[in-house]
Amino acid sequence: MLSCKDVTKLVSESMDRSLPLGKRIGMRLHLLICKFCARYERQLLLIRETARRLAATVEAPGEPLGETLSVEARERIRESIRNP
Amino acid sequence: MAKSATLDPSTWVDRYGDYLFRYAMLRLRDRSAAEDMVQETFLAALKGRGTYSGDASEATWLVGILKHKIADHYRRQFREAPLEGGDLGDHPDAGHFDGTGHWTTGPAEWGGNPADLYRQGEFLDRFRTCLSGLSPKHADAFTLREIEGLGTAEICKVLCVSETNLWVILHRARALLRRCLETSWFGATAGKGS
Repeated sequence: MLSCKDVTKLVSESMDRSLPLGKRIGMRLHLLICKFCARYERQLLLIRETARRLAATVEAPGEPLGETLSVEARERIRESIRNP
Repeated sequence: MAKSATLDPSTWVDRYGDYLFRYAMLRLRDRSAAEDMVQETFLAALKGRGTYSGDASEATWLVGILKHKIADHYRRQFREAPLEGGDLGDHPDAGHFDGTGHWTTGPAEWGGNPADLYRQGEFLDRFRTCLSGLSPKHADAFTLREIEGLGTAEICKVLCVSETNLWVILHRARALLRRCLETSWFGATAGKGS
């Protein structure tokens, strides 16, 4: 019988590879009856989705989120392009 | 097709500087490393101008170069300091399990609608703060997997680790991130064991 500790590890692992059948079934059964582990899984999936959203947000050109090059870096880079 | 007409290096910094910088910053979490990476990208682009086919937009072409630069950066870093067994560590939630491995204090209910969370700049900022709080190796493994979206086999090559170790590192990184968000964003008190 899998413990919650085992299941948290398997939940993460299942996000990186397809688990062997026995482990997958054990994990799914546990998740059906354990509300904490089910919650844990939902939260890891939310974390995954947030990371993806973050990448998409930063990659959208013109997106105002976040930081910009410092004035000094901008000048330094501009100069290095002029005189490579 | 007039290739030279589609590339105008004198406008690069103004048009793409911040965009490339944000891209690098999200992956490297270090301002000066990200700035260097942007500079290197423009210089490599300048040198390789002749190879620009015009199939992709200028922005896409530049990001492609930046991606390579970032991958090289990771490879260099981990060749110099490969991951060690000690980085695997204990289960990050170890203190929250009893002797038989069952939750004593389980994950808290976060509540709210995930779709709303993603739209909140502050939540994304908090997420990045939590990510920066991990050890560089955990943060980098997570970044390559979930932000860069690489497969595990490829990440193993970059980080010089076995696949089994990578699974453990990612498990740890996710668990630490989860805990950081739970306490710092949701300010939640953990659920009691049942």
